[in-house]
Amino acid sequence: MAEEVKLLKTWSSRFGLRVVWALKLKGIPYEAIDLSNKSALLLQYNPVHKKIPVLVHNGNPISESLVILEYIDETWKQNPILPQDPLHRARERFWAKFSDEKLLPSVWGAFTKEGKDREEAMAATMENLKFVEEELKGKKFFSGEKIGLVDLVFGWLANLISIFEEVSGFNIVGEGYPLLSAWMQEFSELPVIKDTWPPRDKMIIKYQALYDKYHPAK
Amino acid sequence: MAGKQKHTRTKNQLKMGEVKVLGSWSSPYGLRVQWALGLKSVEYEYIDEDLLNKSQMLLKYNPVHKKIPVLVHNGKPSAESAVILEYIEETWPQPHPLLPKDPYERAMVRFWINFLDNKDKVAPFITFFIGVGEEHKKAVNEAKELLKLYEEQVLGEKKYFGGEEIGMLDLAMGWMAYFGVIEEIVDVKILDAETFPRLHAWIQNFRAHPVIKNNLPDHDRLLQNYTEKRQRFLPYSPHTENA
Repeated sequence: MAEEVKLLKTWSSRFGLRVVWALKLKGIPYEAIDLSNKSALLLQYNPVHKKIPVLVHNGNPISESLVILEYIDETWKQNPILPQDPLHRARERFWAKFSDEKLLPSVWGAFTKEGKDREEAMAATMENLKFVEEELKGKKFFSGEKIGLVDLVFGWLANLISIFEEVSGFNIVGEGYPLLSAWMQEFSELPVIKDTWPPRDKMIIKYQALYDKYHPAK
Repeated sequence: MAGKQKHTRTKNQLKMGEVKVLGSWSSPYGLRVQWALGLKSVEYEYIDEDLLNKSQMLLKYNPVHKKIPVLVHNGKPSAESAVILEYIEETWPQPHPLLPKDPYERAMVRFWINFLDNKDKVAPFITFFIGVGEEHKKAVNEAKELLKLYEEQVLGEKKYFGGEEIGMLDLAMGWMAYFGVIEEIVDVKILDAETFPRLHAWIQNFRAHPVIKNNLPDHDRLLQNYTEKRQRFLPYSPHTENA
């Protein structure tokens, strides 16, 4: 029976993009289904969460990008995303959670909040980025010589930060993070990553509109 | 069968090395880790942290979050309870595996642990505990909706979330095992046997398991400690006259 792999995502989703990268890394053919609005199809596949991305493998839907990445790694063994050793796997999972539960919210806060709240979010972002910078010491990628789970999960940094900076006029990742800046460059230039970013002009329009919504002109 | 189990237990003793758990007596996140080690017959040293006065050890082993639980195995720390549970499962796969073999079923377990640990899904239960008025009413409704989801879609007809045996998702749901103390203090029952017969049965089964039974926070201590906590957070306390 031929494998049937579908990926439900949107054009700009940073979480959907992770799954695209993982499928590309392993050479898994799939059908991409772009959903610009929550549709009946999405509700059919993901009634609880109503969120993308959703990976559908032989009719079985899986949600949550981190859960999807683990599933992909367990189902298709070529080009592993996670290392073998349990301690290293734990470290990768730790940083994956850090990206989504700590760093992304603080960056989002720095982008959307105002006044004192924004200052707090910026301070949290700076502290979080310091930990990330520290984690890159002595390594080319978070996972070592080749990219792995943590690189895929932090991948949004390599694209979204520059967009946030352009729209808001704020500098988020500057000279204080040389290792992170180098990683963002190296990561973006990898063949499997290179041409996958959503169109920049569309992203600027989208995030400018969001920024204006959160910072209405007085 | 007994012989096979004994062999596995000895194997774990040999593989064990030095295992420490930094936890907190009433934290369900720390208890998950202790329960997992207990189910797998892995001996460990338990170190109780005073979260208002964190030890140097905790700050050293979890500098990023400075939180419990932390598992230290042969000097190497791992943090984040969900991450630690996976580490335990991979390091000591037997006895008592905590995850199913099938990748799709494993994905479902991971999805639900991620779901229930999300701060938006925890918040209604926290507000149930320390909220008042309209905020509290809203929290009661949200909490009941979540419980309904867990009862009908996640537990279903099964004895445990993990099927016939306790699995990783049961450990993550373990906070429900002593939620009754919170209800006692708030004087509102939401997880009642009539509305949630399956969850109610699950709680009885879970609490009765020898490993869980021996690792539950003391009822009276919880009652006292949580009552104090609630009074600290409630805007109107019976002790102040300005309500």
